[in-house]
Amino acid sequence: MSDATLPGVTLAAPRRMGHAAFWLAAAAVGLAVILALRGIGSEYVYFVSTIVLQYVVLATAWNILGGYAGYVNFGAAAFFAAGAYATVAFGKAMGLGLLPCIGLAAVVGGALGFGTGVLTLRLRGAYFAIATLCLSVVLQTIVVNWSYVGGSRGAYVLRPRDVPWPFETYSGFLCAVLVVLAAASVAIARTIETSRLGLGLAALRDDEQAAEATGVPTLRLKLVATTVSGAMMAVAGAPLPFIGSYVEPGSAFGLSYAVNAIAMPLIGGTSSWAGPLIGAVLLSSLQQAATVTISSAANLLIVGVLLVVFVCAAPHGIIGLFRGRR
Amino acid sequence: MDPDLVLLLNGIVSGLLLGGLYAVAAAGLSVSFGMLDVVNIAHPAFMVLGAMLVALLWGATGIDPLVLSILLTPAFWALGAAIYVAYHHFFERRGDEAIQGLAFFFGVLFIIEIGLVLTLGPEQHFADASYANTTIQLGEVDLPLRMLVPMLVSLLAIGGLSLFLRRTFMGRAIAAVAQDREALRLLAIDPVRVKRLAFGISIALAALAGGALVVVQPVEATSGHVFIGRVFAIVIMGGLSSLGGCVLAALAFGVVENVTATFYGPSWSPAVAFGCLLLVLAVRPQGLFGRAA
Repeated sequence: MSDATLPGVTLAAPRRMGHAAFWLAAAAVGLAVILALRGIGSEYVYFVSTIVLQYVVLATAWNILGGYAGYVNFGAAAFFAAGAYATVAFGKAMGLGLLPCIGLAAVVGGALGFGTGVLTLRLRGAYFAIATLCLSVVLQTIVVNWSYVGGSRGAYVLRPRDVPWPFETYSGFLCAVLVVLAAASVAIARTIETSRLGLGLAALRDDEQAAEATGVPTLRLKLVATTVSGAMMAVAGAPLPFIGSYVEPGSAFGLSYAVNAIAMPLIGGTSSWAGPLIGAVLLSSLQQAATVTISSAANLLIVGVLLVVFVCAAPHGIIGLFRGRR
Repeated sequence: MDPDLVLLLNGIVSGLLLGGLYAVAAAGLSVSFGMLDVVNIAHPAFMVLGAMLVALLWGATGIDPLVLSILLTPAFWALGAAIYVAYHHFFERRGDEAIQGLAFFFGVLFIIEIGLVLTLGPEQHFADASYANTTIQLGEVDLPLRMLVPMLVSLLAIGGLSLFLRRTFMGRAIAAVAQDREALRLLAIDPVRVKRLAFGISIALAALAGGALVVVQPVEATSGHVFIGRVFAIVIMGGLSSLGGCVLAALAFGVVENVTATFYGPSWSPAVAFGCLLLVLAVRPQGLFGRAA
């Protein structure tokens, strides 16, 4: 495969941005987005951007394991919901606000990812995918039967009355938090991609046995990738109870999160940090527009059709289309 | 007799009956996933598509649902063959099947499901067979015909398939493609043609499973979701390409699920069954009835 050697080649290129510079750039873009959204200041725009940004975090997180290491995780919804329910449970038990809950959700998601990794990463390819699907079912059953977080009836989470300082409404604050999360997750993904970790993951994606033979510690790298990816997916889900003020297992574990988490990176392109970002922004804005103008069933149909068309016609995603031209 | 014992006995028997339905649903996947290495996660969606079509045709004609599903199999065979041609053209030929192929079937699953919601609506559809309300009683054990007949039909179909795979030239070629496709090419047999035929058979089995499903329970567009995990669990526990193992695993799965539902409530039954699968995957990845690679 010709693109397999690409990360190594581009790494050697001289005018490549360093890690610190990229983090600064991500922070600057994030700040600009927050200011622009404040400038518009409409509740609906805040709501839509919150959803879009949530998908940016989810898709970027999925891509760390799915795109860089080539392990397809069908259980994205499980990690996402784990984050949402971590917020519900810790919020109820300790009365914590959104920010500490996001931190705790990351710990829960990371632990869950590590556990899944230990249990399943000796399996290759499709087996891993199916094991993650099972994890999703097991977790949903546990949440449905756990009455402390509302069981199958769902749980209500009230937004705090006092809004943190520079923001006028809670939705504005929520949206700004997600901008920060999205910028951070893209920067994390880019750091991983260009570090030794990312190169090791790319090596084991292309040929696991060859990578192992040349001394890449494959199992350790995969465990790091599942842990980081799991933690970030949980972080994406953590603000969910505050966005709708209500969560129930059926929607938090919904297959639409799983399909979007896979479709967005694949449509954008899995080999680079920009792929999931482009895919998530395009696809989720399209879905929001379709929900308003056509119907909410149609927006999933669009995702399905786009996914099939893209994997058939453009196997390396939107990024691949541009790289192919050169 | 002790009421708990009766409950357990009934749980086991109706679990076995339910296992018959699972067996036919998983047998098609055992062909595509186990033998052809095509990870068709849309298999349950094809089953639900079959079930919905049977329900529609039953409403129009009143013919027995299982007969209708048998009449549907040639159309589903053609559909399966067409999908395999597309899959081979876009993914298998390029060696991209791992991620892209999985995503392709994931997309197909969504298209079928949402297509059904948009055309037939999200409500439940059903088809009543003439024997649906009869129950045979053997002492303390109930044998409802609405479970027994689909189970017998599905076991017959799996038996027929297994005979076909063992006795006919094409059947043996399918088994051979599972083991070594290069060797098949050396014998001047086109592996793509063989796989196309086999994938068609697997989708035709999904139509049959749909007919059985709609006799057992009402069906809605998203009924396939719960089956995705189940059928993969069964195929893996059965050791992938072995039809006999698949039937045994399906029966065991039905019993475990049903006994759990009887004693601890239906909300716990999926977790127990999938917990078993996670354990099998972690401890014995070649399946309960498979041989070590």
